[in-house]
Amino acid sequence: MLRAMSSENYHELPELLSEDTKNMHRALVSLREELEAVDWYQQRAEGCSDDELRAVLTHNKNEEIEHAMMVLEWIRRHSPTFDGNIGTYVNSKGPILQIEANQTGGGESSGGSAPQSASPSLGIGSLRERV
Amino acid sequence: MDLLKRKRAPITPEAWEQIDEEARRVLKLHLGARKLVDFSGPHGWKLGGVNTGRLNAIHKGPVPEVQHAVRDVQPLVEVRAPFVMKILELDYAARGANDLDLDAVIAAAERVAFAEDNAIFSGFKDARIKGIIEASPHAPIGVNTNLDWPRAVVEGKDVLRAAGVNGPYALALGPKAYAELTADSEDGYPLRQRIEANLDGPLVWAPALVSGALLLSTRGGDYELTVGQDLSIGYAFHDRENVELYLTESFTFRVLEDTAAVLLRRA
Repeated sequence: MLRAMSSENYHELPELLSEDTKNMHRALVSLREELEAVDWYQQRAEGCSDDELRAVLTHNKNEEIEHAMMVLEWIRRHSPTFDGNIGTYVNSKGPILQIEANQTGGGESSGGSAPQSASPSLGIGSLRERV
Repeated sequence: MDLLKRKRAPITPEAWEQIDEEARRVLKLHLGARKLVDFSGPHGWKLGGVNTGRLNAIHKGPVPEVQHAVRDVQPLVEVRAPFVMKILELDYAARGANDLDLDAVIAAAERVAFAEDNAIFSGFKDARIKGIIEASPHAPIGVNTNLDWPRAVVEGKDVLRAAGVNGPYALALGPKAYAELTADSEDGYPLRQRIEANLDGPLVWAPALVSGALLLSTRGGDYELTVGQDLSIGYAFHDRENVELYLTESFTFRVLEDTAAVLLRRA
């Protein structure tokens, strides 16, 4: 039996999909695989009883993180929505849910998760068109 | 209770929605610089300053043979534009009215947008903001007539390229420049289209840019707007008839690469 390829994981007929969507699918699948590998190496390293093997596994885990970030950067460059959200949340400061409340102007309706001092904004943010 | 104290205002959710939406619409129309510069935030009210990474040396410290230096921080400035609404008028929203008199909201949004853009383009000394125009080392390029705009844009691009600043290049236009480019044509060909064909960045209407137009790179890394509390509407106080609200934000702006813009000054 042939092993399933990523192209067989499409949820729509491939002939209905653009090349851009197919490439994004490849990138997203690749990102998922890299992150799974990080998880696996993390667990193996922690469960390992040999120090040298643990060091190798940890090294490999860190390599997978690098691979994941390279793929994520490709995704960011090809998806304005990823780009916008990465710009908003990655390297941000303060409570993460407050950042979302500030973005959407929904600070008072965010289920009470935002701190009382959070002020709802009009959600203007950056108006620069993403190329 | 948050700093904006909106829950204390005698305003129904339906009226708040119309006030916020109108402010949002006007701000997005009038804010020019946010369409051009890098944006950091919103970081919330608690952000008081931006770390510049610099040191200011203290030449004579209190202890001999110990060197002292103070970390340089650029503070955020808070702006607030108050406006008054009639409670009776706002209550109409809860009865189904969707055409409230929101002129005061519009005027406040225009004032705040002008304040932010003016600080970014022209600077704001008391807020320790150096504007893009005053920071630029390039001599302004003169625009003598309305038909002179295309030549000035080409010359501006040459200036930026010679300074090692690559594109995309965008053009921020003050009211007079925007009107000329939109209304006038050369040999039947609209000026605006001639200029757009020469630019790989956007053409942006910037009402606060009163001195002409600004050609600048939008490649990123040159200009940074840092916002603490992003544009928001808060409540001040009310009496039997009126409620005073205000439009506010906290921000600062930094020029990271001063050569990335040149002013096109209309004679």
